[in-house]
Amino acid sequence: MTSSGTAAPVTTASGAPDPVVGPVDVHADWRGVAGEDAEEVSASGSSFLRGRSRRLLGELLRPHRRALWALLCVILVQNAAWLAGPLLVGIGIDHAVPALLAEPADPWPLVWTTAAMVAAAALDTGLRYVFLVGSGRVGQAVLLALRRRVFRHVQQLPLAFHERYTSGKTISRLTSDVEALAELVDEGLDGLLTALSSVLAIGVVLLVLDLPLGLVALLGFPLLLVLGRWFQRRSTVAYRRTRQTIAALIVQFTETFGGIRAVQAFRREPRNDELHAALNEENRRAQHEAFWLIAVVVPAVTMIGNLVTVAVLGYGALRVMDGDLAVGVLVSFLLYLRRFFDPLQDIAMFYNSYQSAGAALEKLSGVLEERSGVPDPVDPQPLPHPVSGEVVFDDVRFGYGGAPVLPRLDLVVPAGQTVALVGATGAGKSTLARLTARFYDPVEGQVRLDGVPLDRIADADLRRAVVMVTQEGFLFSGSIADNIAFGRPTATRAEVEEAARAIGADAFVQALPEGYDTDVAQRGGRLSAGQRQLVGFARAFLADPAVLVLDEATSSLDVPSEVLVQRALQTLLADRTAIIIAHRLSTVEIADRVLVMEAGRVVEDGSPAELVAGTGRFADLHRAWADSLV
Amino acid sequence: MTETPPAPAADRGRLSSLTRLWPFARPYRGLVALTFVGALLATLTQLVIPLVTEAVVDGPIADGDRAGLVPLLALALGFGIAEAALFFLRRWAMNISSLQIERDLRDTLYQRLQRLPIAFHEGWSSGQLLSRATSDVSTIRRFVGFGGVFLVVNLVTCVVVGALLLLTCWPLGVAVLVTTVPLTFFGVRWEGRYNAQSRQVQDQYGDLATDVEEAVQGIRVVKSLGRSGLVFSRYDRKAVRLRRLELEKVRTLALIWCLFEFHPQITLAVLLVGGALAVSSGALTVGGLVGFIALFTVLLWPILSLGFLLAQAQETASACDRIGELLDAPLTVTDRPGVRPQPVGTPARLRFEHVRFGFPGAGGPVLTDVDLDVDLDVAPGETVALVGATGSGKTTMTALVARLLDVTGGRVTLDGHDIRDLPLVQLRTVVATAFEEATLFSMSVRENVTLGRPDAGDDQVAEALRVAQADFVHDLPWGLDTRIGEQGLSLSGGQRQRLALARAVLGRPSVLVLDDPLSALDVHTEALVEQALRDVLAQTTALVVAHRASTVLLADRVALLEGGRITAVGRHTDLLAEVPAYRALLSSDSELAGTAERDR
Repeated sequence: MTSSGTAAPVTTASGAPDPVVGPVDVHADWRGVAGEDAEEVSASGSSFLRGRSRRLLGELLRPHRRALWALLCVILVQNAAWLAGPLLVGIGIDHAVPALLAEPADPWPLVWTTAAMVAAAALDTGLRYVFLVGSGRVGQAVLLALRRRVFRHVQQLPLAFHERYTSGKTISRLTSDVEALAELVDEGLDGLLTALSSVLAIGVVLLVLDLPLGLVALLGFPLLLVLGRWFQRRSTVAYRRTRQTIAALIVQFTETFGGIRAVQAFRREPRNDELHAALNEENRRAQHEAFWLIAVVVPAVTMIGNLVTVAVLGYGALRVMDGDLAVGVLVSFLLYLRRFFDPLQDIAMFYNSYQSAGAALEKLSGVLEERSGVPDPVDPQPLPHPVSGEVVFDDVRFGYGGAPVLPRLDLVVPAGQTVALVGATGAGKSTLARLTARFYDPVEGQVRLDGVPLDRIADADLRRAVVMVTQEGFLFSGSIADNIAFGRPTATRAEVEEAARAIGADAFVQALPEGYDTDVAQRGGRLSAGQRQLVGFARAFLADPAVLVLDEATSSLDVPSEVLVQRALQTLLADRTAIIIAHRLSTVEIADRVLVMEAGRVVEDGSPAELVAGTGRFADLHRAWADSLV
Repeated sequence: MTETPPAPAADRGRLSSLTRLWPFARPYRGLVALTFVGALLATLTQLVIPLVTEAVVDGPIADGDRAGLVPLLALALGFGIAEAALFFLRRWAMNISSLQIERDLRDTLYQRLQRLPIAFHEGWSSGQLLSRATSDVSTIRRFVGFGGVFLVVNLVTCVVVGALLLLTCWPLGVAVLVTTVPLTFFGVRWEGRYNAQSRQVQDQYGDLATDVEEAVQGIRVVKSLGRSGLVFSRYDRKAVRLRRLELEKVRTLALIWCLFEFHPQITLAVLLVGGALAVSSGALTVGGLVGFIALFTVLLWPILSLGFLLAQAQETASACDRIGELLDAPLTVTDRPGVRPQPVGTPARLRFEHVRFGFPGAGGPVLTDVDLDVDLDVAPGETVALVGATGSGKTTMTALVARLLDVTGGRVTLDGHDIRDLPLVQLRTVVATAFEEATLFSMSVRENVTLGRPDAGDDQVAEALRVAQADFVHDLPWGLDTRIGEQGLSLSGGQRQRLALARAVLGRPSVLVLDDPLSALDVHTEALVEQALRDVLAQTTALVVAHRASTVLLADRVALLEGGRITAVGRHTDLLAEVPAYRALLSSDSELAGTAERDR
């Protein structure tokens, strides 16, 4: 876990305690992802986590109850058909062959037996197909539901969560952990239902075929149960560990290749090799531990099976000699016995996959349990139409984990005003911007838009009204046009190009190999930081919000681009509220009002002209800036 | 759409791709061999129990010989224990070898990817790389640790038992052989289809991972614009497509599975009829028939399992192809054979001699939208600013110095040595770069700053931090030991940029390359950094990309870059006076201020 200086303000809000879970009070602080990296998990903590992941699995399977029951029926009938094979062979040997040998030879029993075998095989195969496709359908539906749910949830979690949890870990939850469940679905469901029904059906057949022999066969069961308990306890711990080690690998991987330029330029490769090798080795050890357990369990099941088989063979042979038992019955019995223990190995393997997936589900259910620190209101208040854009900070206090950033802020930005924020790093400018866009909620006080507190506005309405442009200008894979249309997905191509023209991005886009259709993830589509900021601007232009927040959105632009952007801004901002953080005082000049901030307080407030004329900090800054100009 | 380079058609549907694994399996061939032997022996011991059954039926039961039962049971018991022991041996050896092979493969892949040129990384989405390093490598491990072994063992079992069947009663044995013809025919067809489908599924996993990465890493933009819905629907389309592809794969697998399940059962029926006829004709005893059928039932599972084992082999083959695409990508930026360190002074002379960059003839420039063609001589200790409009090739030029990109014509020299005649390690030690985007890693501040010079002393680090005005790090909770979040997300843009600058100036490199190093700084901090940076620049050769006059003033000379060509070189004031294009790029600040005044 990173221990960055700025801890998240609100991360895990405790929802209503769930009555299903036992020791909620003890592990209340484990809600969400909090207990994730605990090295030692106590027995009660372990069962808390297991319960939570079982509940998630239950929720995912619930919509498919009927399908699962139907599949169970299919698999039962299919197994009966599959089991009929040996039985029919036994009948064939005991009856059809003697009938053929008898005088006069009677071929009919053989014909019937063979016909029955072919019919059983056809039924078995047909139902097997139905089952495989059916269970694949359920499994894929469950995975899709899980993917959707986790993705949507992660999207909705506040920035504070993302900054603390790091993107690598989130990515590993959404990829590797979901895939662990996919493995269970691929191999598991099918194996488990088949194996369970086989074991049950064969168990019954064994008892019916010959009760005393059947009882001997069941002698192995207590041993199997002891074995199962041991495996469960150990593998839960072992698999939990593997989820952590693979996540660490993924974090290392995504960071390396996200910053590959810096890695290569600073010759970080050998050190990264070492780090990766260490994490990879740790992951191997964790997996080895888990796999070792199953390496013990499966041979143990075989051993128990073989002991029982020998016992049955001996006891059965004696009974045949005593004339209590037909040879055919003993032969069939032994054949069934093999089919009784083979599926038990499958069950062990399924249980193994289940334990592995269970550990992944623990992590996923933890992420799903994280509550947004800035939740969508339950009964949202509508914004007036059209939104005029008055922003009010009413006695707002805010801090990251104790350290106050905004000690107490009162500020009214009238509708349509352009406000520039000026001040040193850490003065609270970005915090003010983020509060306006409701990335965080204030610790105390209220931020209001047109008189409506931000936390009472439905997220969709808020985002339509308030748009923030940051300096990073992140691009998504797709064309330039797609990326600009991100500001308003319903925009037509003409509108997209119009937006690009308005902020002066048109020229460079036209120069790209395929113009607006250039794929930014493809060679030739790589944009400079300045070009990406222009795309970010075009997005905001297209989004056309009532309140625009610009957080250093022009930092990487060259002067001509900045001039164009500023001309565009003057038109764009004419009738809307804007809060601008800019280090270039040229940008500040277009503001109606300048706020100079220091340690979370507004220390100067006035029009640029007033402040320049005065003797305050802004006047000093302006002088320094003017000197730097040519 | 992200790029998913298609597998060469010739590689599709071929199990030969699996041979790629041999170099990785080689070091563990002893263990792998042990795995095979263990599995084979275990399978053979399984044959003993049916044979004992036959012996019991034909021997003690037929003769009523109770005493004769004991040695046979002891035999069965002994083999039963041996089977379990061999099982354990096999799994134990398999775990060790398959997990080590997985580890080695992933390490190799990671190491290779780190050394592939930037040009490669720009063409590949990182999601595709990630899914190959995780899911595909795991697929291979599963096959090596399970499928591969059993594929071989079960095939061997089939051959051995088939031979035994032929020996026991050849007409019935031949009947069994004949039934495998349609099995093979359909099997081959469907396995080929399965291979193509699993390739599609795996590629789709990569695309999905790319979407996940973008959605998580671009979360600020998504949230600022309230586009969670859009991002979700993009992801959802891909997830739904993945489900469709997976279901197609499931259907093919179901067909294969059914084929291999149907076959042994029908064969059993054939055997019953044939066997009964053989018994009635006196060619076979009842015990012989029981034994034959018992022997054949040993094959039920191996045959059935061949279906999905072959499918797994196909899946692994396409995973090997996917990984092979990365391992086979050419390392274009490498040391020439026989390079040795050359004397490079501090500061060094940096020259661009008829340097060209671009890919003419391949349908226009590939990496950037500019065709670079420059000559530039930077004297030792001199600082040259690169000024040019967006897209004029400034960043490309800076990338050539540390060989993040290689020139496609001409050469870049340091103290007269072509930089390609320097070992990469030396080149990248004497050249330090601060990028346009400040990339920080999730490690301590100290590690981030000393990235290129891990042996730097505390005083050097303090000095670098002072130059970059990054003293704020001392106020972090654990000072220099504070771990900064991945990508430095919890720091402001200006703070990140200052740390990246500190990293570049640390240890006084011979050549310093700074790409717009002060863009995110406020005016006040910028002035302080400039002041401190002057001392550093006086002692090193520097190439500085500049967007504003204040940064240009750090330089002794300025080179104006227009459309990939250097059109003017000179002192700032001279260019300002004589070159209108230069004036347009740098002096419009005041012009705009004037316009703004007038407009108001």
